[in-house]
Amino acid sequence: MAWTRKILRVDLNAGTCTAEALNMAWANDYLGQRGLATKYLAEEIDPKCDPLGPDNKLIMTTGPLTGTMASTGGRYSVVTKSPLTGLVACSNSGGFIGAEMKNAGWDMIIFEGKAPEPVYLYVENDRAELRSAADLWGKSVWEADEILHKKHQDPQLRIACVGRSAEAGCLYSAVVNDLHRAAGRSGVGTVMASKNLKAVAVRGTKGVGNIADPQAFMAAVNAGKQVLADNAVTGQGLPTYGTQVLMNVINGMGAMPTRNMREVQFEGAEKISGEAMHEPRAGDGKPNLTTNAGCFGCTIACGRISTVDKGHFSVNNKPEYWGNSGGLEYEAAWALGSDTGVDDLDAITYVNFLCNEDGIDPISFGATVAAAMELFEAGAITTEDTGGIDLGFNRADVLVKLAELTAIGEGFGKDLGMGSKRLCDKYGRPELSMTVKSQEFPAYDPRGIQGMGLAYATSNRGACHLRGYTVASEVLGIPVKTDPLVTEGKAELVKAFQDATAAVDSAGLCAFTTFAWSMEDIAPQVDAACDGDWSVDRMLEVGERIWNLERDFNMRAGMTADEDTLPRRLLKDAANVGPAKGRVNDLDQMLPEYYALRGWSPDGQITAETRARFGI
Amino acid sequence: MQRALHIDPVKCTGCLQCEMACSYENEGLFNPSKSRIKVFTFHHEGRFAPYTCTQCAEAWCQKACPVDAIQIDAATGAKVIVDGRCVGCKVCTIACPFGTVNYNSVTGKVIKCDLCGGDPACAKSCPTAAITYVDADWTGIDRMRAYAEQSLAGTA
Repeated sequence: MAWTRKILRVDLNAGTCTAEALNMAWANDYLGQRGLATKYLAEEIDPKCDPLGPDNKLIMTTGPLTGTMASTGGRYSVVTKSPLTGLVACSNSGGFIGAEMKNAGWDMIIFEGKAPEPVYLYVENDRAELRSAADLWGKSVWEADEILHKKHQDPQLRIACVGRSAEAGCLYSAVVNDLHRAAGRSGVGTVMASKNLKAVAVRGTKGVGNIADPQAFMAAVNAGKQVLADNAVTGQGLPTYGTQVLMNVINGMGAMPTRNMREVQFEGAEKISGEAMHEPRAGDGKPNLTTNAGCFGCTIACGRISTVDKGHFSVNNKPEYWGNSGGLEYEAAWALGSDTGVDDLDAITYVNFLCNEDGIDPISFGATVAAAMELFEAGAITTEDTGGIDLGFNRADVLVKLAELTAIGEGFGKDLGMGSKRLCDKYGRPELSMTVKSQEFPAYDPRGIQGMGLAYATSNRGACHLRGYTVASEVLGIPVKTDPLVTEGKAELVKAFQDATAAVDSAGLCAFTTFAWSMEDIAPQVDAACDGDWSVDRMLEVGERIWNLERDFNMRAGMTADEDTLPRRLLKDAANVGPAKGRVNDLDQMLPEYYALRGWSPDGQITAETRARFGI
Repeated sequence: MQRALHIDPVKCTGCLQCEMACSYENEGLFNPSKSRIKVFTFHHEGRFAPYTCTQCAEAWCQKACPVDAIQIDAATGAKVIVDGRCVGCKVCTIACPFGTVNYNSVTGKVIKCDLCGGDPACAKSCPTAAITYVDADWTGIDRMRAYAEQSLAGTA
């Protein structure tokens, strides 16, 4: 069991909320969360539909381990068709709302249609209803969160919400939950706003039970917690420095994308690193970092809680930003920092606050700003386009101004909200967009970490580190160390990471557990919680099935295998410094082998044999 | 030796493992809303604080109960609800100055921490030792030790 076996279907056109049974045949094939919701999406929408039209659906989904005591078992995902990529989007978030949904008795909430007026969904266990969001529309996530808690007189209400950026049509808006956790990538928040759905407020008091074998489950959970505690990355590195533990490491190996990926090392990396977040700052003598924080059930607790120096130019006249809030993760620090050339820790922390407050994906935003800065430098954009803003690289004041504009979709912020691909197309320099399938890159330059080039090129949601994190092997030696500069063996590595990650996501667990856990640690937890036998092999088979399903959806949406590639800059312009000096990404040495390992044709099509094997 | 729950909020990450362990021990479900221990998040301050019954020596809840449904577990010193006697009048929830006795509308009884009979699940589940189960007469010993260490400064 472990599933509640119940889905809430919300028809936004009609304003109705209906309970229905979970399709257990699909749950057996796709487990839950990412996999299962993608199956529902693929079955229920036309992949060619307009992502921002009423025919798209938006699914909030938990996994069988969401809401249980399994470490990190609080994850939920938002699954829909992305307006940024036009492909399947699955954005995963921690915090507490996933577990709350499960406690309210729901595995999944499917939103369809479009509400005639702004609404929010209120869920209290079995009771679910749409209510007017007239007073919430036009408010930031933080404002709406406060209004909803007051209105319902319930401090224990958990809320997921979209910000003003999504209302304004920014194509990479997030769904933010619990103030500073986010289903961040691919514009899932934009889809939510397009449906006139401002927020989902949930209170669940039923508890999560239905564990198939409680004794075996608690034994597996406790063993798993011990493995996380004993591991250097999950037991020490992540709690102490968060994901920012990587800033100096990746920079050192010459894989730090810098200034729109022109360079591979950032001279200011140390100043915006996890280590720097611990140092007392000059202004007020306090460190940037106040404490680490855990999401629901997480015994790693990599989350950062930070402040900005009250005297810093970005906030000195804005007391509402003087308190603590969600601090910098590595991806945000890289995109807002290295990629724009800004080494001002306070400025990028403040911009990160804005990203949380108005639901902006900081990766896509930072990378789009970086592209705009290069367009400006090249003369393709002028101050006439930017409303008078002088877009230089390395300018903290410019970054801050652009974030404030993008948060509310005004001025040049409207252009930035299109994302790097559409921005560079609009201004006639498409080659300056550092994207795959229209989604901006994360923080690992594939010239210095070869496997990541293949992972990016083949990711089912465009450039992304969370679809196949070979950095674990190529940099950290997990599960075995591979040379980041060779391509041999990387096709197999990428496929293994992609399949395993799809399964981990679908269980309702956090991908960061896999720094310490192998599938041998995870499968017993799933097996004890769920009906049936969930062996390591079955988990990996489910992962591979999910990967093929996502690929199939994308192909049906109109994607071609030609798009399994990287920007010319990464394939032709060699790294100029560092250990990867002289290297480009040798994607062509990996891609054919990858297609063969996947059971796809040499031109990237899923073969009939592979379809039959996975029931696609 | 009698033991007491000792809470060091600075070590808490807000993960709610304690709430799940508590509800699982007492209700057989992972259900933070039925936990006897609660973790509070102070977002603006960037702090977390677990809070539960301190097992008062002279317990307001016990004195207020009109049906003697709150009794002392001789082994642990915990003030324990006797479900068979509790009539759900909620007077104890009003009497407790700390709010740590609460009504459970599903059962019609009140619930509070009973130290799990001497092996509290919250302390066992806490990944950061923010919750420990220590000598009831020496809950201050870690803080004392820290200050003692400070007093060494300058004497080396």
